[in-house]
Amino acid sequence: MKTNEKIIERVIQVSAAASVAAVALITIFIFVSGMPVIAKTGLYNFVTGTDWSPTSGTFGILPLIAGSLSVTLGALVIGIPTGVGCAVFLAEVANRRTAGIFRSAIELLAGIPSVVYGFFGLIVLVPAIRTTIVPLAQKINPDVSTSGFSILAGAIILAMMILPTIVSVSVNAINAVPQDYREASLALGADRRETITKVILPAAKSGIFASIILGMGRAIGETMAVLMITGNVAVLPKSVLDPVATMTGTIAMEMTYASPSHKQALFAIGIVLFVIIVLLNVIAQAVMKRFGGAAS
Amino acid sequence: MKKKIQSHMFFGIIWLVAGVTLAALVIIMGFILVKGVPQINLEFLTQEPRSMGSEGGILSVIVGTLYVTGVAVLLATPVGVAGAVYFTEYAKSGKIVDTVRFFTEVLAGIPSIIFGLFGFAFFVVFLGLGWSILAGGLTLAVMILPTIIRTTEEALKTVPMAYREGSLALGASKWYTISRVVVPSCKSGILTGVILGLGRAIGETAAVVLTIGGSLNMPFSIFDSTRTMSVHLYLLASEGISQEKTYATAALLIIIVFIINTIANAIGRRTVNG
Repeated sequence: MKTNEKIIERVIQVSAAASVAAVALITIFIFVSGMPVIAKTGLYNFVTGTDWSPTSGTFGILPLIAGSLSVTLGALVIGIPTGVGCAVFLAEVANRRTAGIFRSAIELLAGIPSVVYGFFGLIVLVPAIRTTIVPLAQKINPDVSTSGFSILAGAIILAMMILPTIVSVSVNAINAVPQDYREASLALGADRRETITKVILPAAKSGIFASIILGMGRAIGETMAVLMITGNVAVLPKSVLDPVATMTGTIAMEMTYASPSHKQALFAIGIVLFVIIVLLNVIAQAVMKRFGGAAS
Repeated sequence: MKKKIQSHMFFGIIWLVAGVTLAALVIIMGFILVKGVPQINLEFLTQEPRSMGSEGGILSVIVGTLYVTGVAVLLATPVGVAGAVYFTEYAKSGKIVDTVRFFTEVLAGIPSIIFGLFGFAFFVVFLGLGWSILAGGLTLAVMILPTIIRTTEEALKTVPMAYREGSLALGASKWYTISRVVVPSCKSGILTGVILGLGRAIGETAAVVLTIGGSLNMPFSIFDSTRTMSVHLYLLASEGISQEKTYATAALLIIIVFIINTIANAIGRRTVNG
């Protein structure tokens, strides 16, 4: 009986360690597979090289990093005000019934698979940019031209995809602000807008910040939707209507036909991506821990 | 007076933002469903694809999806539930637990394409499973593990301490208490986690596309190559194979994910209320 219990406890301990083993294996296999290329090219040249021509053996991923960062930045520019606005709406403005409906809608948005977002972008957004945005832009600058596959398309779709993350984490942060703050602010003669913008949002800022970091991580790591609508041209972009190739999209697309050395280079991109994501997650967790401590 | 106008503008913007978000959802869902649902018929659901998927149905793809997600859920559930039991029932707070928890969080944040690369390097090449249902299922199992651990943990935390104390006071051992009292009393919460994991697995593309190959043939064993509905949708859309079949696949995928999430929510809500 007693030995039985001990064995079971061991099995459960081992299961809990599965996550550690998984992260360790992922790290080892990505690094071992990608390191040879980084070692040969040199980390600096690999990250700052502007020429990505894998078939001729030149691996510079600056255009891919620029691609990933530009769509992510675009998504944040659209997603932060929208997401924080929605969070304020849910936590402070809407009544219970409306908030309930709205919450289900956000959950639904979070459940749509990324490949469906990509398909929607491909079939609706990309043609829409080609036929409506371009004529408008041409009034200002007649040289503008685009296929529609662009940073703009990627940013809009990504903004929708990171919205649920930003909203849910921000709502928790706003709800964690003590009721006293609101009452004190209103008692001092501030109206509801002033209470929200000058008291509640500043008090919830570290939680909102964490939501943004998490959203950013999701945006950089997103693959399918971006792959289908950004055009996949590994050149440094000059405007938001230019096509770009992202790190994730390049890996997903080129893995299917890559030669062995090209595959290694794609794993090397994986290393860079992995490091960025882990850093962002560590920052978000540290911020949330501080914010969790402050709220309680 | 100025204050009042500013206030009206502020709340106007908040309502506008909320409205735009709701509209975006309605447009995406509406567009896919309106275009796709009329294309879904008996032939689409019961026939195998012909000429690269431009004709016929998607029966082999549905079977492939069931296989891959089934393998993932069957493998991830026992490990994930046991991991959660460890965190809530066995672990005493300390460095080791903090480390394990940190790694679980890291695992949850890793993007799917990294899982795909890992699955390819480890399961497909290193373990020699080739592009197969097993390799894809294993990759997805690792990916949905954090979802199952987290949800199960939340469920276990809702079980009152008194249940455990009552069972232990009656002379039951720790494991007997966990397996006969604690876990059964929150099994719907655990089920929610498993269903959410299933939903994630069905919707996933990037991790699967690098590990299961993409064959359209009807799979027979877990060592066969296949494709899931998400992968099928990606390949149809990116290669412009057939508009009707693409819309139909997208609509079917949304409907399935929607049903899965609704079931998970319904069970989850019942747990909270009960």
